[in-house]
Amino acid sequence: MTVAAPPIGLVRERGRETLRLWLQILFWVAIAFALLVLTGLQFGPAATISILAVTITKATPITLGALAGICSERTGVVNIGIEGLMLTAAFVGFMIGVYTKNLVFALVAAMASGALLALLHAALSITFRVDQIISGTVVNILAVGLTGYLNRQLFATGAPPGLSVLPRIDIPVLGSLPWIGPILFQQKPIAMTAIVLVIVLHFALFRTKWGLRTRAVGEHPLAADTVGVNVNKLRYMNIVLGGAIAGLGGAYFTLESVPHFEPLMTNGRGFIALAAMIFGKWTPFGAWGAALLFGVAEAIPTAMQLQGINIPFQIVGLLPYILTIVVVAGAVGRATPPAAVGIPYVRA
Amino acid sequence: MRVLYSLGVPLLAVFTALVLGAVIMAATGGDILKAYQGLWEGSLGRPQSISETLIWTTPYIFGGLAVAFAFKAGLFNIGVEGQISLGALASVYVGYAVKDVPFPLHAILAIVVGAAAGALWGAIPGFLKAKTGAHEVIVTIMLNYVAIQMTSFLVSGFMKDPNPLIANAQTPKILQSARLPPLLPDPQYRLHWGFVIAVLAAIFIWWLLNKSTLGFEIRTVGANPQAARYAGIAVGKTIVVAMAISGGLAGLAGALEVVGLNFYHTAGFSVGYGFDSIAVALLGRGDPIGVLPSAVLFGGLAAGASRMQFLSQIPIDIIKLIQAMVLIFVAAPALIRWIYRVRVPREAEAVAGDVQFSAGWGKAET
Repeated sequence: MTVAAPPIGLVRERGRETLRLWLQILFWVAIAFALLVLTGLQFGPAATISILAVTITKATPITLGALAGICSERTGVVNIGIEGLMLTAAFVGFMIGVYTKNLVFALVAAMASGALLALLHAALSITFRVDQIISGTVVNILAVGLTGYLNRQLFATGAPPGLSVLPRIDIPVLGSLPWIGPILFQQKPIAMTAIVLVIVLHFALFRTKWGLRTRAVGEHPLAADTVGVNVNKLRYMNIVLGGAIAGLGGAYFTLESVPHFEPLMTNGRGFIALAAMIFGKWTPFGAWGAALLFGVAEAIPTAMQLQGINIPFQIVGLLPYILTIVVVAGAVGRATPPAAVGIPYVRA
Repeated sequence: MRVLYSLGVPLLAVFTALVLGAVIMAATGGDILKAYQGLWEGSLGRPQSISETLIWTTPYIFGGLAVAFAFKAGLFNIGVEGQISLGALASVYVGYAVKDVPFPLHAILAIVVGAAAGALWGAIPGFLKAKTGAHEVIVTIMLNYVAIQMTSFLVSGFMKDPNPLIANAQTPKILQSARLPPLLPDPQYRLHWGFVIAVLAAIFIWWLLNKSTLGFEIRTVGANPQAARYAGIAVGKTIVVAMAISGGLAGLAGALEVVGLNFYHTAGFSVGYGFDSIAVALLGRGDPIGVLPSAVLFGGLAAGASRMQFLSQIPIDIIKLIQAMVLIFVAAPALIRWIYRVRVPREAEAVAGDVQFSAGWGKAET
């Protein structure tokens, strides 16, 4: 088992990379801003505010998926199964919501199901040392089969009516601020939680003992093991934690966005989240920025259709996917993943 | 002995998945006996079912070959779904829009163009991987969505059947001169020449990988890109070629479905072939010949599924679940060893030739 030693200049290199990352983000923000000013001039400021609010909403599952990916990959385990985790959680949340008529139970069940399926990924890739990409693919296929089967078996005659979605929360003072209020503080609970989680995960990753250990295991598991960190246990923990976060992302689809489940309804958001994670260089804020970019790509077409501009939905719908390819092709070569990503850790 | 072991794990994997499938069906209130009776009748129990099984087997052979071939180059092609769809789209266009070409030529042209479309769609992630290091897994998945949306756009617009009686989003039927004849004279068997072509393709791919220079280069790149580079192999070029061949095989799957079976194309026609192909390739241990029996198994499950649903009212989707469980056990033979307390030597455990896909997120080759 070879473990690559980090190069000496790593720290300085990372500093330069951070700068480049911020420059990149600035660049995209400038483009987005220009677009928004244009739409504002064209359709009035209300349109701009609505686009920004929709951006935050649409970015929610991508943000949560990317945070799940960060949890897992920072300890050195690729998680290509986030799509499957979100799909399963979307279904389980919906199912429990239908049966209990309680959105809180549904939310908890969705997160638990994400964590449970993530545990399978952890077991396959850590304990059984299955290639992590294959293991994640297994999770994805399993999720499609499981949700498809249960959906048809349980709700063959259509879902019972009466299930609602989580209500919009209007935070008292902040919500009435001009511009920022309607964009940030009149969102639904999962969308707001996602933003809070970005901040929390950033702090946890870079300011706590857990974060230090997580990063150490992801960069150089042997060194972490030498100083007494239980590498595989931490990997298990982080993957399961990521699963719960992805589960929250899945809950967005059926408990916050629309009150019903459709087969394959996550529609690649889990994979796009991985692209956002890579583009954001495995940092919570970077990933959030990238997720917002994807959010804009979804929000602008929606807004255009609302304004009566007619573009075939198949063409407009391509935007996030093509953007993902551009982002991955443009960012991967220069982004540095955690050094131990993809390599099972075996104690010598 | 080793042959026995390498057969033992897949067989036990399939058996265990079928048992677990029964448990799930029983737990959700299904009639297991009727279900498996239906599965048997619909897949192998009657001559006509065997014909249907082999019809389903055909695209699985190509899809499995596509994934297995990319495996050998150390690449994970999850884009089979999109490549099949575009292959079918290109093939159907040639089939109905190109006129006055006599029979065998027109069919061959439609097949070749379909394969070329798949190859082109496969070459894009290969090129991006070689040039920029973009991981083929993300790019191929995204290209699936692009291909599927493009198909849906074209078959409901530019390529839609002009016949006003047809409301569905589907293309016109291809001309008689572009259709492959059925394999058997009796019209109740729909089995077409595509199946024979698929088996020949498996043999050809085996030869290509194991007996040709290109195959040697591909296997070397897959086993160790650094060593390949030192040996003077153009790694980037090999990656593009391998992905193009892989995509071409998937394109053939789509083309042969069009010229041999459906004669037209519609949106959402190949939902699921892509992911199933990964399972077929893994079950076949990433070997072109091994893909054949595993494609027959998946073909049988798919063919039997509708009869199963008819007899037992258990949704077809249970098959997907069983396939996923097969995949889990094949990917993690240690689970099988643990369940059955059998000893499998480590070297017989290698999945897909022990290629590792996930070390980092890739680097540019040039």
